[in-house]
Amino acid sequence: MGELRLMKGNEVLAEAAIRCGCDGYFGYPITPQSEVMETLMARQPWEETGMVVLQAESEVAAINMIYGAAATGKKVMTSSSSPGISLMSEGISYIAGSELPCLIINVQRGGPGLGTIQPSQADYFQAVKGGGHGDYKLIVLAPSSVQEMNDFVDLAFELAFKYRNPAMILTDGAIGQMMEKVELADFKPRWTNDELIEKCGSWATTGKPAGRKPNIITSLEMDSAKMEANNKRFQEKYRKMEEEEPRYEALMCDDAEYVIVAFGTSSRVCQKAIELARAKGVKVGLLRPITLYPFPKKAIAELSCRIKGFLSVEMSAGQMIEDIKLSVFEGGCIVPVKFFGRLGGIIPSPGEVVKALEENFLKG
Amino acid sequence: MDIKDIIKPENLVYKKSELLIDTIMHYCPGCSHGVVHKILSEVIDEMGIQEKTIGIAPVGCAVFAYNYIDIDWQEAAHGRAPAVATGVVRLNPDNIVFAYQGDGDLASIGTAEIIHACNRGENIVVIFINNGIYGMTGGQMAPTTLVGQVTSTTPAGRNVDLNGYPMKITELIAQLPGTSYVTRQSVQTAAAVRKCKRSIKKAFQNVIDKKGTSFVEVVSTCNAGWKMTPVGANKWMEENMFPFYPLGDMKDSDKKEVSNN
Amino acid sequence: MAKVRGAVVVDKEGCKGCGVCVEVCPQDVLSLNREVNSRGYHYSYMKNPEACIGCSNCGVVCPDTCLTIYRVKVLESEI
Ligand SMILES: Cc1ncc(C[n+]2csc(CCOP(=O)(O)OP(=O)(O)O)c2C)c(N)n1
Ligand code: SF4
Ligand code: SF4
Repeated sequence: MGELRLMKGNEVLAEAAIRCGCDGYFGYPITPQSEVMETLMARQPWEETGMVVLQAESEVAAINMIYGAAATGKKVMTSSSSPGISLMSEGISYIAGSELPCLIINVQRGGPGLGTIQPSQADYFQAVKGGGHGDYKLIVLAPSSVQEMNDFVDLAFELAFKYRNPAMILTDGAIGQMMEKVELADFKPRWTNDELIEKCGSWATTGKPAGRKPNIITSLEMDSAKMEANNKRFQEKYRKMEEEEPRYEALMCDDAEYVIVAFGTSSRVCQKAIELARAKGVKVGLLRPITLYPFPKKAIAELSCRIKGFLSVEMSAGQMIEDIKLSVFEGGCIVPVKFFGRLGGIIPSPGEVVKALEENFLKG
Repeated sequence: MDIKDIIKPENLVYKKSELLIDTIMHYCPGCSHGVVHKILSEVIDEMGIQEKTIGIAPVGCAVFAYNYIDIDWQEAAHGRAPAVATGVVRLNPDNIVFAYQGDGDLASIGTAEIIHACNRGENIVVIFINNGIYGMTGGQMAPTTLVGQVTSTTPAGRNVDLNGYPMKITELIAQLPGTSYVTRQSVQTAAAVRKCKRSIKKAFQNVIDKKGTSFVEVVSTCNAGWKMTPVGANKWMEENMFPFYPLGDMKDSDKKEVSNN
Repeated sequence: MAKVRGAVVVDKEGCKGCGVCVEVCPQDVLSLNREVNSRGYHYSYMKNPEACIGCSNCGVVCPDTCLTIYRVKVLESEI
């Protein structure tokens, strides 16, 4: 059993990074996630593991520092909140286009614009549909507890290196600020130079020894035929992720007539809501996508053939609902897919969710 | 004496550096980028630092620099090379990292990144090609474009009321305590090229000696963008650019200890 | 008395005919050929080979590194 502590979600992200052998963090302060960098600076991991931590002059600079460091095969991460992620989008597109592994954390707040510092899930589209320019995908993990904030840091790096692709932890201010009991991971040493060369030597820019070709990290290709081939290779990679990586949690779905789909903070509310609904005799389950990309399409398609309807509960105007509809459509058993959400930084209450369920499915 | 008696290996005095990849560069005839690439490859070769050097290419005409010098390279987004170089060098302090940037890249879209990298004193070399124009996109105004200079976006000449003033960013950078060596050079004559090479070599030596940022501006021509012949462009540069961008060292010192008072 | 003689070998296909080498030569050795190479450039050649002193100025300024330079000291009697 690992070390047990009571910690804030944001602090755990920092602690988990140090413990999983992360080599570097670059970031820029923004509420509600500034504790990530603050915790790192206070922990001084450079003294302990050699991990580098640097406050950049902007999110634009931070993401490009990530690009440079990731291109040398190092395990690097950044964290920000919604407006900062918008600024990073150019860099994220370059990172995806150059096939670099890294971790980007978005502790979401409400938008658009400067919006609110209260929690939100309105960056779903930005995270799972690309965000920046071009055909690319991030691996997107959505923790729903402080424990998962801990667990997903290591998992995100593992997936990022497995696919040479940027991974994102998409969470929000509520989980970032929430204090919960967490079992911390044991310390893993950072990769030695030899390990790094063994794992990433075929592509990373570590300095060209005599006898090997130069390693070049670029997303540029002027020959359209080659650029199309590159894109096809990316698409193959994304199909493989869709095949192998979807993760979700299903609660009380076995006998369910209705299923609520919710991730992160809203899934916590919905867990309570299904208990309330079941107490009223409504057979309802909860499907919680853990990977938002790749989306657990198959699980939803399968459910659609034995239930009467889905309710998507989100802290947005309805974004994930589009992926649920697509999954239902692709599964072939067409059932109603309804939506309930709160906006502007408001977390829905379990009672509101039950009411939405009743209004959408049980009236008339 | 016959020419063929002169052309013998023992009489060789100047040849292409081994580090220049054997391909024809995409630059326009007479473009300064080619000369600076050549200098870089000679310096890296002569200093024996090929295995440690990582180049950061810009967005601009030098975007394909990575095809020409036989080292590991990264291609940065437009203006972000100093941030990319920061990421590389912070995690790989034993590598020798240089950013290669044009004036649009460095002094316009990437102003924040270059100022802050230099201000942090990142242990990198910055090569700054100031040709007074955006070459790659077809000759638009750059921050460094001279007053009155005609470009495709200042067809009547740069007008300060409309476009502001040409920016002496190197002078600005020389003010930053993080920089140890700041110089302005050119490459239009053999003497200038030899001098520029000494400057670039010194900049790399500074990085080896961990002295902070070394910044080498090369006042350059873009004859295609300027719509001149290569030789005419060199002359125009000497007559018009040099008075505004005077050549020489602006700073050559160790990183300063700076306190608040 | 020794005199210095030089020679320039032009990579005809690599030359872009920019003329910078012609301009910097102190001895007026080089010129651009009336003929063009396969890419359509009037490549540089030694119009006046006897005058070359092998100073390498042309090689040093050539943006495309097309020039290889040789130099030798010769005795007056050998000229
Ligand atoms: C974000 C972004 N904006 C604009 C461009 C288009 N662009 C490419 S190169 C360039 C200017 C390059 O000029 P400079 O840095 O002076 O280099 P030069 O080509 O003159 O060597 C611009 C505006 C781009 N690639 N990316
Ligand atoms: S456009 Fe200008 S900067 Fe670009 S290669 Fe041609 S001469 Fe050089
Ligand atoms: S400088 Fe080089 S490219 Fe230009 S004409 Fe002379 S040999 Fe040719």
